[in-house]
Amino acid sequence: MNTRAPAVQARQLVKTYPGDVTALNGMDVTVEPGTVFGLLGPNGAGKSTTVKILTTLARPDSGTATVAGHDVLRHPDRVRRAIGVVAQNSGADPVATGRENLRLQGRLYGLRGAALNRRVDELLDRFTLTEAAGRQVKGYSGGMRRRLDVALGLVHRPEVLFLDEPTTGLDPEARTAMWDEIGRLAGEEGLTILLTTHYLEEADRLAERVAIVDRGRVVVEGTPDSLKGELRGDAVHVELREAPGEAGRTLLAGALTGLPGVHEALFDGRRISARADDGAAAMPALLAALERAGVTVAAATVARPSLDDVYLRYAGRRYAEADTTDSLALAGGAR
Amino acid sequence: MSNAMSQTWYMTQRQLLVFARQPAFAVITLIQPVIWLFLFGNLFKKVIELGGFGTTSYLDYLVPGVVVMSALSSNMWAGMGTLEEIQRGTLNRFLTTPVSRAALMNGNVVNNGLVTAGQSLIIVLLGLLGGADYPGGIAGTAVLVVAAVLLGTVFGALSNALGMLVRERESIIGINTFLLLPLTFLSSAFMAPSQMPGWMRHIADFNPLNWAMVAGRSAMSADPDWGAVLGRGGALLALAVAAVWLSIRTFRSYQRSV
Repeated sequence: MNTRAPAVQARQLVKTYPGDVTALNGMDVTVEPGTVFGLLGPNGAGKSTTVKILTTLARPDSGTATVAGHDVLRHPDRVRRAIGVVAQNSGADPVATGRENLRLQGRLYGLRGAALNRRVDELLDRFTLTEAAGRQVKGYSGGMRRRLDVALGLVHRPEVLFLDEPTTGLDPEARTAMWDEIGRLAGEEGLTILLTTHYLEEADRLAERVAIVDRGRVVVEGTPDSLKGELRGDAVHVELREAPGEAGRTLLAGALTGLPGVHEALFDGRRISARADDGAAAMPALLAALERAGVTVAAATVARPSLDDVYLRYAGRRYAEADTTDSLALAGGAR
Repeated sequence: MSNAMSQTWYMTQRQLLVFARQPAFAVITLIQPVIWLFLFGNLFKKVIELGGFGTTSYLDYLVPGVVVMSALSSNMWAGMGTLEEIQRGTLNRFLTTPVSRAALMNGNVVNNGLVTAGQSLIIVLLGLLGGADYPGGIAGTAVLVVAAVLLGTVFGALSNALGMLVRERESIIGINTFLLLPLTFLSSAFMAPSQMPGWMRHIADFNPLNWAMVAGRSAMSADPDWGAVLGRGGALLALAVAAVWLSIRTFRSYQRSV
């Protein structure tokens, strides 16, 4: 383990927004320096609120947090000098050019003259924006705008970079490019990255450690592999023609987990997610058991466990479902 | 230059850029005063014969009225810009940098002040081209411009506060359309106070728009009443300070609500 002080440490953050919307409910986050940490969860889980508190935008109702060794409540100014923030809407000035946006951002951190020019050129070059540097940002594509947003967050060489939903709204091609870019950033000396995402794939691909956030707190944390490894064997997904009732579920669960090599069966509407030591080998017995129980199977698949399965296991519901429910419940509310 | 001051200047520059990069917008904000100036100037030309205007040319009388009215109508939309900055995420981006919080607010005030001053000067010059006469000269014009800037600051700050508070365009549009014409017609913009019905005159006495017009008009006349100029100007200054204070308070409450 790393012995240096954590780059980010939040303890028991609680935040309630007007209208009794509990955004955070005892949030704990610890990020080791020089690593990429992913906060994964659906919209409304509390990821953005956590980032807002850690970046000094919002104050928690209770709890403490330090970033780069500075207390966010007592020394917000020191925190601001140490962090770079790429928010969901980073708000580059659309009327100004890419270069003008970067120059202004640099000046706010006290960069001047030749040092400022050099840094701006460097960033434009690195994010392949040199050609577009003199054009107004309103003409940029989504991917270009996002690259500029990241460049804006890096202008003062921060110790900790916050990326809030860095690829939301990007087309697949721009998303892959952004992933490559974040991957390169992660390799840079000393930079700590805290990223939030509601894409399981993104957290899996970019983050060394992932915390799954649900309803304002972390439900489980670990490396993507260890989280997936905790789910022994393969994931077997079965889709039934009709959702079983309460009694039917108990009956089916008993029948399935009684099979050799099958460990767990979670129900979610018409879907059953079971885990088996060897999914392919367990499948025939599993289907036979279901048939004996008198339910009709619509589809069945075997897969290596994904973060989606981890999410289901710890948050108690399927990822996509949580996403819609929460975003509906919190529509118009603070995130 | 101190840090907060240079940052205020960066923030001002940034906003001026919006104006400079959108010449169509700048032209549109000037078309309206031109219409007021020449349409009303011609339509009401003869009311000067009623007396009480303190001049023999209606245009002389009208120019300060249009300057002040334009200051109101351009500044009352300031909240729309602030709202856009909030929604685009620009304001939050700045708030996560070490930029002085005062500079963020001051940038708005200075930018609006500069734009109002420029706009006022252009209207005065257009009036001059149209044949208006300003016996108060440059000093009188300067007083008018300062009065217009102060009035603009009042309504710009209130509009910003409203934008941060309600966070929806419709409210700003609604309130502005509701306020602009009554505030203008309940002032001495187009008509000499002595020709107004008594109750209107009394209301006008409490209308900050009217304070700016009285101060500017008096200073631009052949025989300024400096007591009236200072009184009205002082009241405007106090109101501007109060409005800016209110918008800073609202800004703090915005920060708490993020």
